[in-house]
Amino acid sequence: METMLFELALTCYFAATIVCLLELFKGSKATSRIMVGLVIAGFALHTANIAARYIISGHMPTASLHEATSFFSWCIVLLFFFLEYRYRIGLLGSFIMPVVFILMLTSSILPRKIENLSPLLQSSWLFIHTAFAFIGDAAFAMAFGVGIMYLIQEHYVKSKHLGGLFKKLPSLQILDEMNYRLITIGFPFLSLAIISGSLWAESSLGTFWRWDPKEVWSLITWFIYALVLHVRLTQGWRGKRAAILSIIGFSAVLFTFFGVNLLLKGYHSFK
Amino acid sequence: MKIAVVGLNHKTADVELREKLAFNGPKLEEGLQKIREIPGIRETVIISTCNRVEIYLQVQDVEKAYADMKDFFVVFFDVRRDSLDTALYLHKDMAAVKHIFRVASSLDSMVVGEPQILGQLKDAFDFALEKKATGVLLNRLLKKSISVAKRVRTETRIAENAVSISFAAVELAKKIFTDLAGKSFMLLGAGEMAELAAKHMMNNGVQDIIVANRTYERGCELSREFNGRAIRFENFPAELVHTDIVICSTGASTFVLHKEHMQKVMKERKQKPVFIIDISVPRNVDPGINDMDNVYLYDVDDLQGVVESNISERQKEAAKAEAIVEDEIETFRRWMMTLNSVPTVIALRERAETIRKDELERFFNRFPSLGEKERKAIEGMAGAIINKLIHAPTVALKNDAEDKDVLIALIKRLYDLNGEDHEKE
Repeated sequence: METMLFELALTCYFAATIVCLLELFKGSKATSRIMVGLVIAGFALHTANIAARYIISGHMPTASLHEATSFFSWCIVLLFFFLEYRYRIGLLGSFIMPVVFILMLTSSILPRKIENLSPLLQSSWLFIHTAFAFIGDAAFAMAFGVGIMYLIQEHYVKSKHLGGLFKKLPSLQILDEMNYRLITIGFPFLSLAIISGSLWAESSLGTFWRWDPKEVWSLITWFIYALVLHVRLTQGWRGKRAAILSIIGFSAVLFTFFGVNLLLKGYHSFK
Repeated sequence: MKIAVVGLNHKTADVELREKLAFNGPKLEEGLQKIREIPGIRETVIISTCNRVEIYLQVQDVEKAYADMKDFFVVFFDVRRDSLDTALYLHKDMAAVKHIFRVASSLDSMVVGEPQILGQLKDAFDFALEKKATGVLLNRLLKKSISVAKRVRTETRIAENAVSISFAAVELAKKIFTDLAGKSFMLLGAGEMAELAAKHMMNNGVQDIIVANRTYERGCELSREFNGRAIRFENFPAELVHTDIVICSTGASTFVLHKEHMQKVMKERKQKPVFIIDISVPRNVDPGINDMDNVYLYDVDDLQGVVESNISERQKEAAKAEAIVEDEIETFRRWMMTLNSVPTVIALRERAETIRKDELERFFNRFPSLGEKERKAIEGMAGAIINKLIHAPTVALKNDAEDKDVLIALIKRLYDLNGEDHEKE
């Protein structure tokens, strides 16, 4: 049952991604409405899938890499709705839905067995810690998408060849502001995730910090985004540089998320 | 019931002639009145803009109307007849419909896709409507042409791209800054083109305007015009720190703004983006500045390049628009067909024949004993009654009366002839 919900959500996201990519070349009000409809349908199914897993397992469904990746995508879509509703940035979906789809596809090929939680992790801290972490990561994913949009639009204006997407993409100022705002959302959530994680470690393991690979890489990610904000405020590193930094930052996020789990071992690793 | 267009436009007449033939102010009403008095002309709409003067007519005889209109122009505007020979054109029937659709859709404009023409056409139509100078045919035609124009605008991107340098500059500014309101703007030097661009910027919401000119007095004059403030030319580099958009046209023979200086400015303004438009020839702004982050420098050639690619984009869209026009002409042609009386006459006769045949058959079934002779006589009588009954309506339909469209509609309704040809709008 919950597997089928997942498959259907994946299908909806896939269809939405196709529509989003079509929109790059030939967009109309109708296509963007179809896109939003598909994303809403996908999101509803996806939510049902996550809820089902929560009920079956009795804990926050972030206990396997499959679940975590799926929850990560869910957070991105949630944030996407918010931005779409609030700011209506043209073509945002075309740059973020592919990310969602790839994450969901990755999630779909990972083992889907519902794991029993090790006693170590059975705590309400699991919910707090992972929720903070994924909301932060979702904001960074969004900043990554917006950063790519910025670089494309910047390239058009700088090179003076106002190519096909010039009209449809939002202005540089909006993209830059959005990039900044998303990072200012993501950064405190990442900080909270790290803090809540260390409090949890203290309460269950008796120590705040154990230099687990995930902890190390989270710290590296944290430093990258701290740097992004710092140079922006002091040196005026905005626009293109900020966009590039947010792309680098997101690769660190992805490595912390996948790389650490697949390549390195630690108590953050899934079974 | 024929449609005709008589007129001239920017392609057939030079501005001097177009000026002479313009229906300005009271001339429009007077002209409309005079044209309506010409015998054979039943409906009239006059459209008079700076690029075209055209009269849309519903007439009986197109050639006669053309000659009458030529006479009218000669007398009304006091121009020489031979000056009209090459300028005046005539479109009739479907060609006239096509012409009006193309005019409304801005396919016949000097700048293809320019949006004003539709408004001008609407005004012209409203005026004629108000003066009761139009009827069924032109009303339908003009309304249709407006809806065709709207369809063209929504289904093609014909009017989307800026095709003048100053509009292209505004378009770019909007893709750099989103909202121009609240942005500060500097006019460096004063030239006609720079002033025009400044006006466009103002129309798009730029409020804070600074003028720096070599002659301070001239700068003050300009700044009053734009409701801004003037500064001395030497002080402009310091002012750049607070300026988001710069238009430069000083007439200097060398660069007045160098990269080293701009680097300092950018540092001071914490890399807030700047858009510099250098429309001076020779250039006044060091082109190397465009390599810097967050500074966007466009010179005249760059803007010209943008405009040219926009124009070619419009031409591609114009081809799509022409296809829409063709499509709509077909719909209109079908509607016009229903105005034609011939099908109605035929339908009326068929209806009468059916009734005659049905009734005779019933009658003969009831009286099978009737002889051949009696049958023939009864058939003849039935035919005579039918013929006499439909004679008068048929004659009325065939006459080219002024209210023919009303008659056709009436007869169709009275005899219930509206079979399959319900034209929906």
